[in-house]
Amino acid sequence: MTSLTALCTLVAVGILVLILSYIAMRGVSALNFRFLIDTPRPIGEGGGIGNAIVGSGMLLLLSCAVGIPVGIACGIYLSEFGGGWFVSAVRFLIDRLTGIPSIVTGVFVYAVIVLRMKHFSAFAGGIALALIMIPIVARTTEEMIKLVPHSLREGALALGAPQWRVTIGVVLPAAASGIATGAMLAIARVSGETAPLLFTAFGSRFFPRNLNEPIASLTVQIYNYAISPYDEWHAQAWAATLVLMALILSINILVRFLTRQKFR
Amino acid sequence: MSSSTSFATPKFEVKSHTLLRSTATKIAVENLDFFYGKTQALRDISIEIPERQVMAFIGPSGCGKTTFLRTLNRMNDVIPGTRVEGNVTIDGADIYATGADVVELRRKVGMVFQKSNPFPKSIFDNVAYGLKINRVTSSRSELEGRVEEALKDAALWSEVKDRLKTSALGLSGGQQQRLCIARALAIRPEVILMDEPASALDPIATSKIEELIFDLKKQYTIVIVTHNMQQAARVSDLTAFFLLGKLIEVNSTEKMFTAPNQKLTEDYITGRFG
Repeated sequence: MTSLTALCTLVAVGILVLILSYIAMRGVSALNFRFLIDTPRPIGEGGGIGNAIVGSGMLLLLSCAVGIPVGIACGIYLSEFGGGWFVSAVRFLIDRLTGIPSIVTGVFVYAVIVLRMKHFSAFAGGIALALIMIPIVARTTEEMIKLVPHSLREGALALGAPQWRVTIGVVLPAAASGIATGAMLAIARVSGETAPLLFTAFGSRFFPRNLNEPIASLTVQIYNYAISPYDEWHAQAWAATLVLMALILSINILVRFLTRQKFR
Repeated sequence: MSSSTSFATPKFEVKSHTLLRSTATKIAVENLDFFYGKTQALRDISIEIPERQVMAFIGPSGCGKTTFLRTLNRMNDVIPGTRVEGNVTIDGADIYATGADVVELRRKVGMVFQKSNPFPKSIFDNVAYGLKINRVTSSRSELEGRVEEALKDAALWSEVKDRLKTSALGLSGGQQQRLCIARALAIRPEVILMDEPASALDPIATSKIEELIFDLKKQYTIVIVTHNMQQAARVSDLTAFFLLGKLIEVNSTEKMFTAPNQKLTEDYITGRFG
């Protein structure tokens, strides 16, 4: 039994290492400083993914600004304040929402926002990503808050704390690292999304000037380069993939570092 | 053998020799019924709890003593589907009256739980929590003073004064429980409810808590639920015996453990059931 599980673990980890090392191998050749700060150029002239890095960062910030507060508030409501059929219905809907293919979210935002505004925009892309984040953040927040022992809540209530102060001052801090992990999962999930950005943020060959126009992103750039017929762009797609992986990894490490628990 | 010697010889050391002193009534309960959904957990409880004394609630598991304790600061309100009938007054004010301020009540009636429940914060922040919530202090130095005072009252100061900023979860079980007492004392309540405060502690930590209770009754009205009859005998002035949701007998602790009025009390205390 031990050897079987160990073997499966080895296979799983082995495949992961294989993917990472293959990306590193293929990506590192086209990677240089110029590539990281330059905008795309015609074939044969080099060019880079600077605008896509900035664009992806802005899209992520935008989606976090909307998705994380709404998701956390929703999770708090589900676990602390709600009861009865309404909460069950909301929880059911959120679970279904988690399973919606991301391209459907993209099409929805296209129909509701892009068509109304009559143009693609960073704003629409951010909303699409936020819609993917909300259910993930909400459910992990709910589960993490439920793990906080009831005795802590009673301890605070017995000191004369009103319910909302118990939630903010005692329950949330006790669940903070779990909630942060949920948020991190959501960030990692959306930073790899391409489909919902295709008809919302669309992509751009320039650095973003404002949120009301199309914006580049790493994933869409990788997609465009990967389906192109040129070897130079393929190499750039690999390099961009490596950069994307590195960025996601550093977000993970940063959040872990910021939310490490002092009092656990 | 005369009937008086059929009582078990008093094997309980009764430290406190206070008889039913006539002091002012702090808490008065009249005809209290309590329900969890359709199950009635308390039946027609009437009792008067005097000021600045220690009253112990004893009785077998499930007899309602903890439930009753929790009606005194309305902690049962947080359990869905519970219902209270009857009257509970503290200093003459009905705590279940419509419009009664639960938050205000809990500031006045502190509680220490069976399982110590320090917040995952520093030792200092644990004690300061109630003070901050209730905006008791106006300056940092005043806050620090109150925290120190509460920790001293809970006989914990000397053990933690050098590590106030460290996590409360790093303390031992007994220290954590005294921290919870300090946390309750910090906001200077008038009544302290203790729900089996020493049940999870070793004998040394238990004796520290008991000494503490003995000191605290100079200032506070204390109600303590305990499974341990020796403990009730050691720390309390008055004892109330509960059985199956009913209050069987209230008496001075000395009388209760030597010559109780009720046959049921005697049977329980001498270990015939429970």
